[in-house]
Amino acid sequence: MKISEHWLRELVSPPGDTAALLHQLTMQGLEVEGVESAGPALEHVVVGRVAAVAPHPNADRLRVCQVDVGGRTLQIVCGAANVRAGGVYPTALPGAKLPGGLVIRSATLRGTESAGMLCSTAELGLPGDQGPAGQQVGLLELDQALVAGTPLAVAMTFNDQILDLKITPNRADCFSVLGVARDLAATTGLAFADPEIKPVPPVDSQVVSVRIEDPDACPVFVVRTIQGVRADATSPVWLRERLRRSGIKSIQLIVDITNLVMLELGQPLHAYDLDRIDAGLVVRRARAREPLNLLTGADVLLDDAVLVIADRAGAVGIAGIMGGSSTAVSPSTTNVLLEAAFFSPAAIGGRARRLGLQTEAATRFERGVDPSGQQRALERATELILALAGGVPGVCQAVGPGVPPRGQVFLRRDRLARVLGNPVSDAVVESILRRLGMGVSVSANGWQVQPPAFRFDIAVEVDLIEEIARVYGYDRITPRPERQATELGKAVTTEADAAALRSGFVLRGYQEAITYSFVDREPDRLFAGGNEGVPLVNPLSTDLAVMRQSLWPGLVEALRHNLARQQRRVRLFEIGVRFRPAGTTAGEESVISGLATGAAVQEQWGERSRPVDFYDVKSDLEAILTSLGQPADINWSAADHPALHPGKSARLRYRDRDVGWLGTLHPSLAQRFGLEEAPVLFELTRSALAVQALPTYQGLSRFPTVRRDLAVLVARNTPVGHLVAAARESAGPALREVIVFDIFEGGHIDAAQKSVALGLILQETSRTLTDDDVEKIVSRVVERLGTEFDARLRV
Amino acid sequence: MDNVESLLLQAREAVAAARDVAALDGVRVHYLGKKGELTGLLKQVGALSEELRRTRGQVINSAKAVLTEALDARRQQLEADALSVELRAGAIDVSLPGRGQASGGLHPVTLTLQRIEKIFGAAGFAVHEGPEIEDDFHNFTALNIPADHPARAMHDTFYLPDGRLLRTHTSPVQIRALVRQGAPIRLIAPGRVYRCDSDTTHTPMFHQVEGLVVDTDVSFANLKSLLADFVQRFFERAATVRFRPSYFPFTEPSAEVDVLSESGKWLEVLGCGMVHPQVLLNVGIDPEKYTGYAFGMGVERLAMLRYGIDDIRLLFENDLRFLRQFH
Repeated sequence: MKISEHWLRELVSPPGDTAALLHQLTMQGLEVEGVESAGPALEHVVVGRVAAVAPHPNADRLRVCQVDVGGRTLQIVCGAANVRAGGVYPTALPGAKLPGGLVIRSATLRGTESAGMLCSTAELGLPGDQGPAGQQVGLLELDQALVAGTPLAVAMTFNDQILDLKITPNRADCFSVLGVARDLAATTGLAFADPEIKPVPPVDSQVVSVRIEDPDACPVFVVRTIQGVRADATSPVWLRERLRRSGIKSIQLIVDITNLVMLELGQPLHAYDLDRIDAGLVVRRARAREPLNLLTGADVLLDDAVLVIADRAGAVGIAGIMGGSSTAVSPSTTNVLLEAAFFSPAAIGGRARRLGLQTEAATRFERGVDPSGQQRALERATELILALAGGVPGVCQAVGPGVPPRGQVFLRRDRLARVLGNPVSDAVVESILRRLGMGVSVSANGWQVQPPAFRFDIAVEVDLIEEIARVYGYDRITPRPERQATELGKAVTTEADAAALRSGFVLRGYQEAITYSFVDREPDRLFAGGNEGVPLVNPLSTDLAVMRQSLWPGLVEALRHNLARQQRRVRLFEIGVRFRPAGTTAGEESVISGLATGAAVQEQWGERSRPVDFYDVKSDLEAILTSLGQPADINWSAADHPALHPGKSARLRYRDRDVGWLGTLHPSLAQRFGLEEAPVLFELTRSALAVQALPTYQGLSRFPTVRRDLAVLVARNTPVGHLVAAARESAGPALREVIVFDIFEGGHIDAAQKSVALGLILQETSRTLTDDDVEKIVSRVVERLGTEFDARLRV
Repeated sequence: MDNVESLLLQAREAVAAARDVAALDGVRVHYLGKKGELTGLLKQVGALSEELRRTRGQVINSAKAVLTEALDARRQQLEADALSVELRAGAIDVSLPGRGQASGGLHPVTLTLQRIEKIFGAAGFAVHEGPEIEDDFHNFTALNIPADHPARAMHDTFYLPDGRLLRTHTSPVQIRALVRQGAPIRLIAPGRVYRCDSDTTHTPMFHQVEGLVVDTDVSFANLKSLLADFVQRFFERAATVRFRPSYFPFTEPSAEVDVLSESGKWLEVLGCGMVHPQVLLNVGIDPEKYTGYAFGMGVERLAMLRYGIDDIRLLFENDLRFLRQFH
């Protein structure tokens, strides 16, 4: 909420400068998010009064004006349509530099001397539309009361500051200059000048029929007619400036006045064109699919969750949110009906957001306006309308049962001290409560408190504790370290440590990425084999539309980003959640995922460059899993994944559980994503990785190991992993390790076959192996490989 | 006598002058070989009287011993010199970069999270995690934000077709932990959160760490102490901190914590407050017996302040040139 410092200081003015005021407001919970000057300095721009206007001898569109700039008269040539004798305008004197950069000099325009310039708002660099809606903006018309020659910045009080306050949702009472001033006075202990508003007695006895169908939603509804107004009168500069400094557009006089009263007192008002209301007003729930054309021109269909103001023909406005177009005041309006109501927050809350109409009125009503302030606001608006637009006031008609006083709240002395952790003296507590407008009666163990009508946020004890702390000052509460019982940490063997997992990948040359959890639907579908991800109802954009079923789409996107920036070697990993497809009982699963592309090692002098492949990444995974104490018997088997190369992909299983996938991106997907080289991808579930077992010590053998190498010829498609497993099984307990030390294809070997060289490391725990022992083991292995894989020994 | 001494002197000069092992061997043969000069002198001793023979013999033998020692020492030195020359000839260029795999690095958000976890972990805060897809109850209602509450406008929420939502903060983790574990409790809940918002200071996904302590006697003064210390430790300087009143539906009193930057500006770093009694009631904890405090911080914001990053969107572009700057 924007607020003018000058306006605020008319009600309460703490000592000190603007910075001191900002600090005070922020520290009492009314955070000042920004501050801007109300207007430019405008040197050599003064108030000028046009004494006479004559046609320009050589130009039809120009006029020659004699302008009183205080003690002297200047001749100024002016092209604005609205210049007239007697008008008061901003006048830029020679030497003035306007905000747009224009420097004013004495000049001759079409043969006539001109010693300055009369200015429009735009030329003065003032933000906002200052002219009545739809009207071509010419010169800025200043108040007649201004003295010619006064510097414009003084006349317009541009030394004012506009404060942008962040009003939290609980502080309904601070959505006005009055409210901020009242809270400022309470927290600083200063006196506060409550605006004096005198009731305007009715001049005619005009009344309108008003009926409330839902008094819970609308317990107070006050209306008044004002007939014969000049709604087409221009809003005076002071009024337009107050609105502008509050961030509200000037629209037209009657509406400007209702907005001004809302800004001043916090009570939203609505003005109807009385002649366009068909037989009085009803406050009721909207009917199902009831149509309404709004002030903005938009059409909405309402339902019975929404409260409306209606006439005989139908809804004429959404209560507390926005009026309709059919009864709106316009420059041609002569008879006005003013409305000031209290709509309960329960009847307004959330509706504006659902309808996309978060108006100033809705913001105030849904938080709660002062239920005792309707009549006062109406009187204030009446007074201003009579002064600025004339008219005859009717009777102030108040309808509705009214709002009962707010419930009393008891504040316990010991609870206050316990929650704050600091004692606050009784005298301070009572002083704070009274300054905040609360009724206080003291009892033995605390205070019985009657909150004022405007404090919707005071309902339970802790609300009072907060108020005491806030006004007392958070700064003054002494910090105290907590006394805490000692509790030791846990060290659970089976919990995979995310930090260790991460550092494993880092040491293997992977850079950690963090990609969005929502991705473009199509890539996600492609990586998920056609399964649809869970869509967002309200995505920010189509490329962030579904919950990812894999981390791969995001990582591939990151890969593309980097490839496009001359990064040829990319190794990324991410730990994050993937989401199950739409239609399943949606769950989420933490995974570690990654990709590698480009050279196996970064370009260097010592290693020949070759592209990274399946086995490089497999070795990374094996190393990291081993370092984390994962069992060595994770099973890698060839399997098809829709996103992976059918001949270069493996499913990882541990016991009966799927652990994840490793493989090269499917060439057709690589093409689809514009990748020249298909990256190697992996994705492992983290829960499946949490299978770490407690190691148990095995005795070391004192006897030497023996190594026997075998080279066998097998069919080319025989998985070596199967050969190794069979060798392990058939060799028996003396086998310590099997090393695959060579794979050879081609050359003089049959094209359908390959040679696999295995090194068997043998050792007994209780004795030295004899040649005979070794021979037996080797022949068992050879026999098993022969029967199971048709393996022949190479000689 | 004289000739032994002068011979020894002469021999030692020859030892010192020998430039390699072969030359040294020549010296040895010349003096100590079968036909060597010292050997020759010893042979002549036999012709002397017994008494002279003994003394002269001693003199010559000790000269032999001295010379042998000098020869050995010189040999060792010559061998060491030769080895040294040979090793130097085989020297490698140690300025060449190392061979093999280079290291990667962690994301600055992770580095920041690890830092926060380390600081709170030492004070006994256990790390709790929770689902990113949440229901209305855990994300809002249980936290004192009923439907139609104006505070919902502070959370631009992403919804799923079945009515569930992407959590807008990690506070629902507190609710789940309180329901599961009850009081007393001391936890932090790091994780991803989501809001439909995107500009230079907002991304639709970011990270939060929420903290919660519920115990029989914790106060606002305790909260102030903890968070003021946290800010000092996180930024590693004696930072000036202020607590100013704010509003969160699930805490009361509530505060924002600002830290004074080195350039004299107040920067918002944390939100916090005393757990609202209604929140404790919502999870079946007696607010008369227990009090609590909670706090929350944006990890990206802390990372940006710590590393001087000026655009939050850089954090999720995963540009290697950016990521490699952090470790």
